[in-house]
This record gives sequence, structure tokens and C-alpha cells, in this order.
Amino acid sequence: MSAQAPTGELVARFGVSPARRRKDRIARGTILVATIVALIPLVLIVYYLLKKGLGAWSSDFFTTDPTGNTFFKSSSIGGVKSAILGTIEMVALASAIAVPIGVAVAVWLVEYGKSSWFAHTVRFFVDVLTGVPSIVFGLFIYIVLIVGTGSSFAGYKGSLALSLLMLPVVIRSAEVILLLVPAGLRESALALGAPRWKVIFTIVLPTALPGMVTGVLLAVARAAGETAPLLFTAASTKNSSYDLGGFMNSLPVQIYSDVNSPTTSVVNRAWGAALTLVVLILLLNLIARLISRRSRLA
Amino acid sequence: MTPPRSPTKVAGVDPEASPELTRRASEPAMRTPILGEREASEPPAAGQAAGLQVRLEGLRAFYGSSEELKGIDLEFHANEVTAIIGPSGCGKSTMIRCINRMHEEIPGARAEGRVLLDELDVYDPSVDVVAVRRAIGMVFQKPNPFPTMTIFDNVAAGLRLTSRRRGDLHAKVEAALRSAGLWDEVADRLEEPGAGLSGGQQQRLCIARSLAVDPEVILMDEPCSALDPIATLKIEELIAELKRRVTIVIVTHNMQQAARVADRTAFMLDGALVEVGPTREIFTKPGDPRTEEYVTGKFG
Repeated sequence: MSAQAPTGELVARFGVSPARRRKDRIARGTILVATIVALIPLVLIVYYLLKKGLGAWSSDFFTTDPTGNTFFKSSSIGGVKSAILGTIEMVALASAIAVPIGVAVAVWLVEYGKSSWFAHTVRFFVDVLTGVPSIVFGLFIYIVLIVGTGSSFAGYKGSLALSLLMLPVVIRSAEVILLLVPAGLRESALALGAPRWKVIFTIVLPTALPGMVTGVLLAVARAAGETAPLLFTAASTKNSSYDLGGFMNSLPVQIYSDVNSPTTSVVNRAWGAALTLVVLILLLNLIARLISRRSRLA
Repeated sequence: MTPPRSPTKVAGVDPEASPELTRRASEPAMRTPILGEREASEPPAAGQAAGLQVRLEGLRAFYGSSEELKGIDLEFHANEVTAIIGPSGCGKSTMIRCINRMHEEIPGARAEGRVLLDELDVYDPSVDVVAVRRAIGMVFQKPNPFPTMTIFDNVAAGLRLTSRRRGDLHAKVEAALRSAGLWDEVADRLEEPGAGLSGGQQQRLCIARSLAVDPEVILMDEPCSALDPIATLKIEELIAELKRRVTIVIVTHNMQQAARVADRTAFMLDGALVEVGPTREIFTKPGDPRTEEYVTGKFG
């Protein structure tokens, strides 16, 4: 088109028509409304958690076990110390089990299995595991380790149930991150004459580390919030315990039993415990974000 | 001073070389790096003949069922630069990736025929693929320093990954960086990340990384295609230097580059070798009309 072309023609060709402006406004409006609708429950949850939970937090909330007297208003009903300890201990053990195995499976899938039929089978079952309701893992451990052996509840059995729950999450997230490691890095290391296992340990895993930490922490956060797998594997006691071989309390189970109480102060303790759990998971996610910010891949 | 490893190598027939490679394959515990080690503390002496010749005999390569290389016979002379030219998709990269057995890293890829490093068939079942890759280094199209490592660690990576940490690591790294013409630019920032260098510096870092393990052959897969003309010039000067100690095979799309750096040039088309000869001959009086059409820019 020449520079002498009439302006009106240019406007007709390059201007935005009113109809398109209208469509744009409608589309933007719809997306905005959908976003707000999705935010409402989130905001409400946080609001109620803070309102009710902060009220339950007191000086001895984190330092006492929930063993206090509930009949007299004057005495304390106790805090959630045993629940916090139990959650941290059981989730730590569950992570110690699930993370090495999960990362190993992911390394095998990406570096060795690739697109073999066995690798596809493994991926399929990992996906199936991801969708299994958490209570099923609890039932499985209950049947195998409690009914099967005729023994009692124990913290480590709860950890095992949680690790089963974490495993597929760890595998899938680690696999995705390992696939992000550029093939060129592996090739250049292999071309230097490095054995494959060394390439994996010194090049692939360090490169993928920040991303994998994020995935692991998400799995940890999920495990920390689960009630169902712990109900009939580790529960229940009210006392603080450092013995993973014995009964163990946890935040989700504490909440579960407290909300069923007829006593208002105990129900309020459930709110406090819920807020504690959310803050714990929030801290974990913050750590995950800080670490992944340093990631060179994600 | 260490004695020259093998006086017969210039002749291209080294009775020592083949047993060396196979011995390492059969005895993984033996940690005496016969093919390396010497270099390290001293800069390469001028005129040092350390390259090995490579000969392809009936090399065929496949991706799944499609045949990418249709039987190639080609010889790369020791301590010479051989350029591989040809249009995209003609199998240049596939061919050099067959030489150090990187081709088989691609799922579904395989190769047939023989690749003789000196007198040793690198595809012989008794040969350790890891030992082959230590002897035949590779520089890729895109500079790819290890992102989690510093400049120093990038160069040291080759030595660490191949368990040759013995001796003065720092001296070996310095020697490799000097050989790659990068030392003066990075000497005072060896602890900075390798990924922070410019593209041309990164590529020379990758060359230093390959040199550190002291290979006999270096394969370069379009090493300058991602670089600007000045960085390209530096790499080309480096190639001219390096051929005194290694045999170099360079794939290039740039025919001026082939003319500048290569002693001999091979022209490939559709997975087959059309002709090979002294570079001047290929560019001035090629024997095959297809070569002439290609080098004069009629296609490709």
C-alpha cells in the first residue's frame, strides 16, 4: 500500500471494529468473574481459619498435649503439641521412605526405561496410584500390618500409609523435572566418556535438584494434611510421643476428633489445629518457592 | 617430561592402541588412564603428533527402520582437519555421532559396519563405549556448559567424571583452558558460573572441557552455527592450533568455513558419501557434478 492511500481505508484495514471491542470486553469480563468466584471460597476459608483459629491459639496451645479437663471452664483443655510432633515425625519418616524410592523410580523412567513397555506400565500404575483415595492406602496398611500381623496401631505404620500416598506424587513431579534437563547436557557428559551413573549423579540430578525439591515439598504438604490414612494406622493417643513404634497423634486426626466434641472449647481447638496445619504447609510451600526460584530450569 | 606415548602413531598404525582400549573395557577396575594423563601439567608441545586416524567401513545408520547412512567408507587422517559438508538432513551429524557411538543414545537408533579408531573397531562387542568416548571427544552445535557448575568445574568435570582426578587438577584445567584460548579471558573468574560467559566463550569452554580428558580425536558438530563471526573466527583459529594434537572432524554448513579450516573435505548427499579429497580440490575441481553444484551454491 502506498503512502498516499486515504486514511479512511487504513482505518478500515487496521482499526479495531466496535464488534470486536465488545467481544473483547465480554470475554475479559467473563474471565474476571470466574476468577472472583473461584477466589470466594478460598478467601472465606482463610478468613474463618484466622478468625476462629487465632482465637484458639494461646500461650500454652503449642506447648501442652490435648489431655486437659473439659468439664471445668477454669482449667485448660490442653493444646496440640502431641499433634504437631506426631505430624512432623510421621511425615518426616514417610518422606524418608517415599522420596528416595520415588526419585529412583523417576530416574529409571527417564534415563533407562524411556519408552519401553515396562516403563509405560510403570507410568500407568503410578497414574492409577495418584488417583487412589487416601483412605484406601490407610485400609491397605491396616489390613496388612495391623490385621495381618495381629499387632496394634503405630506411628511408623501411619508413615508407611503416608509414604504410599506420596510416592506417585514424587515420581510424577520428579519425572517431569528430569525430562526438563536438556538432552544436550547428558550428551555432552556422555561424550566426555563419563559412565551413565556418573552423568546421572553429577550432572542430571544436581541440575534437576531445585525443581525436584518443589515437587517433594508438595507431596509432603499433601501427606501432612491427610487424616484418612492415619485414622486406623497410627491413631490415636493424646500424649506426645517420640516413639514411632507406638500410637501417635497428628494434626488432621486431632482436628477430626475435636470437631466431633460437644464442648465448644474443644471445637475451637480444632480450629486452632487447622490453622496450625495450614501455617505449617504454607511455610513448606514458601520454602519450596524460594528454592524453585533459584532453579535454572523451571 | 613424560615420554611420547607412541612413536608409531604418526604412521596411523599403533599396535599399542587397540589392546589399550579393549583392556580397559575388560578391566574396569584398572584406573591407569593410558589414553590420557600425559598432557595436564605441560602445555601441548608444538608438532606433537597425538591424533589417531579414524576409518569408516561400510557404515550404515538407522533410526528405527529408516536408513540414514547408506554404507559410508571414509578415512579421517590423523592430525588433519576433515570437514563434512552437505545439505541439511544428508546424515552429516548422524555420521559423526556414529564415530563416538553417541548415535546409539537416541532411542531406536542403531549402526552397522565398522568404525576403526586406528586399528580398533569401536563397535566390537569387547570394546567399552565409555573408553571410546574418552578417546573421541565431541563439541556440539549449541554451547552446553553444565549449568550448575563454575567455569573451573566445567573443565574439571571431564576429569572428575572419568575418574582422572589424580595429579594437579588446577594445572590440568589451566592447560585445557589455555589450549582452548580461553585462559586469559577467564583466569580471574574461574569460580563464576560457566553459563554466564558469552556464546563464543561458552563454546570454547566446551572445547576446553573436551580437551581436558585428552582425546585423540575431536568431533565438532557445526560448532560455530550459533556464534557470531568474531567468535567463529576464534574457534577456527583454535581448530588450526588443535590439529597438532588431535584429529578433527568438523561438520559445517558454511562452505567458507570448510575452505578455511579443513585439510580435506567430504561431501555428503542423502546419507551417502559423494566424494572426499583435499579441500582445495573439492572446491576448485570437484570430481562429481553434484559436488560442484553444491559448492557453487546451485542447491542446498
